[in-house]
Amino acid sequence: MTTGIQLDGVSRKFGQIRAVDGLTMNVPQGSVAVLLGPNGAGKTTTVRLITGSLRPDAGSIRVFGLDPIADGQAIRQRCGVVPPKPALYDRLTGRNNLEYAAMIWDAPARAIEEAAARFGIDDSLHLKVAGYSTGMRTRLALARAVIHDPDILLLDEPTAGLDPESARAVLDLIRELAGSGRTVIMATHLLHEAEGIADQVILMGAGRARAAGHPLELAARYMKDPVVIIDAENRATLETLQGRPGVISTVWNGALHMTIESIEILPDLVAELVNDGVRLTRIEPMAATLEHLYFEMQRQLRDMNPQPPVSS
Amino acid sequence: MRWGKVWTVARVDLHRLFISKDYWIPMVILGGIFFVFIPWVLLGVVTRPQSISIVQQIGEVLTSLPGAAGDIVQGETAQARAAYSLAVFLLAPVAIVVPLTISSAVGAQAIVGERERGIGEFLAHSPLTIREIYAGKLLASALPGYIATLGGFAVYALIVNLRAGPVVGGWFFPTTGWWLLIFWVVPPFLLVALAIIVRLSARVQSTAAAQQAASLISLPIIMASYVASSGFVLNPTLAAAIVGSVAWVLAIWGIASGARAINRERLLGVASGN
Repeated sequence: MTTGIQLDGVSRKFGQIRAVDGLTMNVPQGSVAVLLGPNGAGKTTTVRLITGSLRPDAGSIRVFGLDPIADGQAIRQRCGVVPPKPALYDRLTGRNNLEYAAMIWDAPARAIEEAAARFGIDDSLHLKVAGYSTGMRTRLALARAVIHDPDILLLDEPTAGLDPESARAVLDLIRELAGSGRTVIMATHLLHEAEGIADQVILMGAGRARAAGHPLELAARYMKDPVVIIDAENRATLETLQGRPGVISTVWNGALHMTIESIEILPDLVAELVNDGVRLTRIEPMAATLEHLYFEMQRQLRDMNPQPPVSS
Repeated sequence: MRWGKVWTVARVDLHRLFISKDYWIPMVILGGIFFVFIPWVLLGVVTRPQSISIVQQIGEVLTSLPGAAGDIVQGETAQARAAYSLAVFLLAPVAIVVPLTISSAVGAQAIVGERERGIGEFLAHSPLTIREIYAGKLLASALPGYIATLGGFAVYALIVNLRAGPVVGGWFFPTTGWWLLIFWVVPPFLLVALAIIVRLSARVQSTAAAQQAASLISLPIIMASYVASSGFVLNPTLAAAIVGSVAWVLAIWGIASGARAINRERLLGVASGN
């Protein structure tokens, strides 16, 4: 894949606060990158730097080979941005909001109907935005962001404030957009949102990319040892697991989460337990979810390189 | 500069104002007070046969004016001269007060209001240039006040001619000085004030602070307009030409420097000083 968005050693300070600190990342054209990190990790600042709305203090940014400072207008023409706050004209109708965006981005009039239909708000276009639900507002913001058929979509916390059903609908729509060949960067602090969407997860902390890669690649890197969830009629009988050959650690979290050296030792381990009279009720090799990955990465990175908390 | 984009920025703001009754109803009331109610009442009082003492007082003031100024005032009788001078000179500064009051309310919100509503982020990520955004905001701020002034001017002309025309000896308004005032002097005065107000709107942290700053800017400009209007008594055409020219130079300088003072970081509210 060709390079779509490339940041190299980018830094940006606000007063004494380093919102982005030597950030390096590479998002290939046509891929979906999820900026994952807690509030204040520098995600919003990164989105703003990519569109050229903010100037970096140091480092270089290239968006499809263009410099956001020198060629900002050309880049912004190719970007669709959904900010954390939908930024809509409340007193105007949904149609007015889309018409305004269409005029700014030189989109044809038919794009208004198409974008509205795509996000299921075509029946509400005549209503004032002030009367929209949070979900409808987000859908309108998404419709506005794609009205000019952008090459790049920058979605900053697109599901903030949505109920689970609306959030899922929005994520499905993002998945659909991503499937149509656009380069997508989505900033979120909600781990489950990145699942199934991301070609690349960029874990951000203190303005830096602490780790980056495909979720499976990260899982292989940070979750080398398999975890098995195990339970028994008499939980006390499981206490003997700690110290058995091949068992690295055990921790109770609803059931016993057992980290083992290799999944291949599991059949023998189960046989031993049965022989010892343990009546097992559950044996489940745990799939590495992004949530597990995130906390494991955070733990390992914290151990390797302690960082003070930073807000941006 | 793409003027179509400038008009797009202005159009959406004007649209929002147009559908906001809480904005345009006070605007209509303000224009009505200054352009209709006050002249209707004052000219009515002066043109009443019983208002001898008021007419005499105004007459004394007029006789104290330099010769050239006195010659400008039309009318055969003291009452006619009083009505003429009231209509032409006394109410001239109103032409500045009304648009400035109306437009400064819009201009004060131009940037900080968008930032507070989150629209600043939308504009910052748009392909619009800062100059286009600034010019659009300036236009959207200036037009309501100026259009109200043009409308008020038309109504004022009608009232003056209906009220004072019969005693002065026919329809006499607008005079050359007033034509110049409305089309040559008021626009740059308005633009000077708005160039400063919109610039301040980008720098302050809240709409309330912007409104306060706008009041501070409007006051000296209103006072300047009063001072300038005194020149209209002596030689309306010359005074309007000079004052207007100076104001246009200031307006062009103010707009150019205002456009340079705004950037995308101010739209986002993250610039140092925000």
